[in-house]
Amino acid sequence: MNVTIVDYKSGNISSVINSFKEVAQNKVKIEVTSDLNKIKLSDKVVLPGQGSFKSCTDALSSIDGLVETLNDFAIKDKKPLLGICVGLQMFADIGYEETETKGLGWISGKVTKIDNQNGKYKLPHIGWNQINIVKDSKIFKDIDNNSHMYFVHSYEFIPNDKNVISAITSYSSTHVCAVEKENIFGTQFHPEKSDKIGLKIIENFLNL
Amino acid sequence: MLKNRIIPCLDVKNGRVVKGINFVDLKDAGDPVEQAKIYSDGGADEICFLDITASNENRDTIYEVVEKTSKKCFVPLTVGGGVRSIDDINKLLNCGADKVSINTAAVQNSKVVLESSKKFGSQCIVVAIDAKKNGKNWEVFTHGGRNSTGIDALEYANKMEECGAGELLVTSMDRDGTQIGYDIELMSKISSKINIPVIASGGVGNLDHLVEGIKLGKASAVLAASIFHYGNHSIKEAKEYLDSKGIPVRI
Repeated sequence: MNVTIVDYKSGNISSVINSFKEVAQNKVKIEVTSDLNKIKLSDKVVLPGQGSFKSCTDALSSIDGLVETLNDFAIKDKKPLLGICVGLQMFADIGYEETETKGLGWISGKVTKIDNQNGKYKLPHIGWNQINIVKDSKIFKDIDNNSHMYFVHSYEFIPNDKNVISAITSYSSTHVCAVEKENIFGTQFHPEKSDKIGLKIIENFLNL
Repeated sequence: MLKNRIIPCLDVKNGRVVKGINFVDLKDAGDPVEQAKIYSDGGADEICFLDITASNENRDTIYEVVEKTSKKCFVPLTVGGGVRSIDDINKLLNCGADKVSINTAAVQNSKVVLESSKKFGSQCIVVAIDAKKNGKNWEVFTHGGRNSTGIDALEYANKMEECGAGELLVTSMDRDGTQIGYDIELMSKISSKINIPVIASGGVGNLDHLVEGIKLGKASAVLAASIFHYGNHSIKEAKEYLDSKGIPVRI
């Protein structure tokens, strides 16, 4: 099996690479590239994302044909794709970080700043928080409800269809922290930084 | 519920762990990669490396340490010490650091914070503030506590938040290495003034100090070195103690 981590020159993806290689060992080939052909030919794709919604979508669009290739992979061919952090946020139709920016539009909804209730809650939401698993998701196989995951974000994805939500977390209010829509998976938290339990999620994705 | 974080810090010099008392009088004690792994296996919420004499010496050893650690530890790794430019930050992130802490360079040129938080995201930019009490206020020091700046720490904290820092790592120079506890007043004043998380540092000698840092100092995270490093307490003990005092921690 070939799994591609999309390297679109936005943010720091070394931890994502290290964690997937740790889980994959020699059983799964992990490729880190923005080469369109390699992405097309891979069995699964990981879409990481750090920085702002705008910087990530700009970086995706700056590579000729990448958005179309990802669209084909996730929507037309329906192959498994995992978005992490801003990688998940980009599934939305629209994001409001820096300025109004179009997303990939795979899961209808918007990405807006977390309401910190007039400074009562610090932003970014940084650290370990518990996830409440609200629907059976293949990537949460053998993951206990209320497990701790590592978060760092100031914006949240608000999907229109609540049925796509697979886990929520509680901070200044209730926030969506994982989604699943058919072959498309996303986590707002960082499985690559969430110790053994996070690596288990990565393993579950590789085992799909 | 978001948990308060416990962050063991390893002072690293020439690729080896040392512990400074008031930033001088160093003792050599161990391999940073092994230490970091022990901490992450023990439940550390993050790991922090501080390359203490990096401003003056060859820095290449820290890159190797970061690279090796990031392949073994799957919790966030913060690296600081001698970080001067966007290039330095980029290199550390590429080696596997998740966050980079900037100290002297942020004081000398706040654009480093502004530009790096834009380029890499605020989530990976930690501004480290070394502060020393001066009358009723606190003054920012640079170069590992050697140089005074005349800058007020509270105003500076505010400015760094505006520049895009994701977190502030606040060290009391008066307390560092003393083991008599955090400068609670300093921590709570900064934490109350700004909206980004504060990591309290400098002065931890026992587990009650960690409790005070969170309850009284209003810190989101507590950083300590020697109480963990010399085996006085394990991370697990610290977490169980905080839990017993009603502080939410990841256990």
